Amino acid sequence: MEPIIKVEHLTHTYGEGTPFCRSAVKDVDLTIYKGEFLGIIGHTGSGKSTLIQHLNGLLRPTAGTVRLAGEDIWADPKAIRKVRFRVGLVFQYPEYQLFEETVYKDIAFGPRNMALSEEEIDRRVRQAAAFAGVREELLEKSPFELSGGQKRRVAIAGVIAMEPEVLILDEPSAGLDPAGRESLLRNIRQYHRASGNTVVLVSHSMDEIAENVDRIIVLADAGVAMEGTPHEVFSRAEKLEAAGLSVPQVTKVAMALRRLGVDIDPAVYTVGDLELALQPLRRRDAPC
Amino acid sequence: MSNIIETKGLTFSYPQEEGEAVTLALNGVELSIERGSFVVILGHNGSGKSTLAKHFNAVLLPTGGQVLVEGLDTADEALLLEIRRRVGMVFQNPDNQIVANVVEEDVAFGPENLGVPTEEIRARVDAALRSVGMEPFTLHAPHMLSGGQKQRIAIAGVLAMEPGCIVLDEATAMLDPSGRREVLEAVERMNREKGITILLITHHMDEAVNASRVIVMDHGQVALDGPPKAVLPQVDRLRELGLTAPATVELLSRLRRDGWQVPLDALSVEDCAAAILAGLAK
Repeated sequence: MEPIIKVEHLTHTYGEGTPFCRSAVKDVDLTIYKGEFLGIIGHTGSGKSTLIQHLNGLLRPTAGTVRLAGEDIWADPKAIRKVRFRVGLVFQYPEYQLFEETVYKDIAFGPRNMALSEEEIDRRVRQAAAFAGVREELLEKSPFELSGGQKRRVAIAGVIAMEPEVLILDEPSAGLDPAGRESLLRNIRQYHRASGNTVVLVSHSMDEIAENVDRIIVLADAGVAMEGTPHEVFSRAEKLEAAGLSVPQVTKVAMALRRLGVDIDPAVYTVGDLELALQPLRRRDAPC
Repeated sequence: MSNIIETKGLTFSYPQEEGEAVTLALNGVELSIERGSFVVILGHNGSGKSTLAKHFNAVLLPTGGQVLVEGLDTADEALLLEIRRRVGMVFQNPDNQIVANVVEEDVAFGPENLGVPTEEIRARVDAALRSVGMEPFTLHAPHMLSGGQKQRIAIAGVLAMEPGCIVLDEATAMLDPSGRREVLEAVERMNREKGITILLITHHMDEAVNASRVIVMDHGQVALDGPPKAVLPQVDRLRELGLTAPATVELLSRLRRDGWQVPLDALSVEDCAAAILAGLAK
């Protein structure tokens, strides 16, 4: 696999020289590969928000480097704007950042700043709206007339419209109800499949991460605590709990079954997996 | 047992633009909340659950019907302070409810306004910060804290007023699992040890498992109401209401479809595992 972003010895210290001086990220090394669907998970204060703000150059490292397609993004600080077109970051609660008169104009804001032709902007706005699940008839409405969930989709479309090579979403489903959460994640999965671009999902919901990503990076105490496929990561459930994260409910049930003496893989993390894993254990032929 | 909150034929509609049809955010809600109970209110976005919650301490006033807090009518403006003293509210976004520059001063804001003596305030602030696990940050500036930490400060601010009832309006939505657990443990303790009535509005189905009562809202009305073991196993009905059953129920219901003999109401992880173990032998 070909790396798209490489983070090397990244350290970021807030409030240097004050009594509140604290390194939110300390000597972190990690690689994000081209085209993958990566999950980054960590408890509050584990450094995940600080980390992702380095990936598109919103924060400058106190020490270390961030490479995009092999090049140090801070090699020429004046060119940092270009990095922001290539690495799109959707913040938490992005619906508070809408500002244009119409949904269309809001989504078009990014591409317009990239000096594209009107036809290209139009194509991108419509495509991004479709990816994010914003219906055509909403495009001419004011974003402030929409519901919270629709606004969030508009904000996500605005970032997708820049066609970034890497799309990073920080807690995209926070505050949505279960049906809204499922539907938004379905859109994000479809976008990943259809565009082939890299997607990074930042979340503290283990269930959400487990059901969506190819690979997981677990952050704890300002550094990378674990890394691997969902199966590899969830097979070390005790370590996850020690990092202040709770494992998916389904994994907890599997762990409880093991404690009761049932021989089952504790690394299951979806309802369907556990259902399948249980079938062979049942004594079908037992006399009634 | 007596009721701490009662709603009678409660309807509410948000102000309309001229010419727009009136939509009722609440449509004839009849509820009695027992003193000392732990009630979880669920519902999809727009179901009316937050609108309902905001009626419990007169943040919103009914456009029809009545809300009584220990018999006090929330529509009577003269009773406003008495009502808010009895029912404390914690909102979703902590940034909107922090007022001071130092954590302990923020927590002291409520009791100070109630005229609580100084030594008593000290004791209440310390106890409240302890119960949300924020003691080490007593002298910190709230704006330097993370979202989850700020939310725990906001909850401490309500706890310090020692209300008879606390309403948490999606107060755990922005917290991570360990933060959520800490907050839930704190409110469960308040409920168990001090008998404070808890009304928890949430999207997290697993938070409903240990409640004494679960209410599901839909279209401004109560759609389901009962103990968790009666409400949460209704997989299909919950899906119709825009919710998903807890993972434990989801698993048990799939196993039943596969021909297993397992109950649907083994809600907690331990009960679910025990039910599966029993089902293995059947």
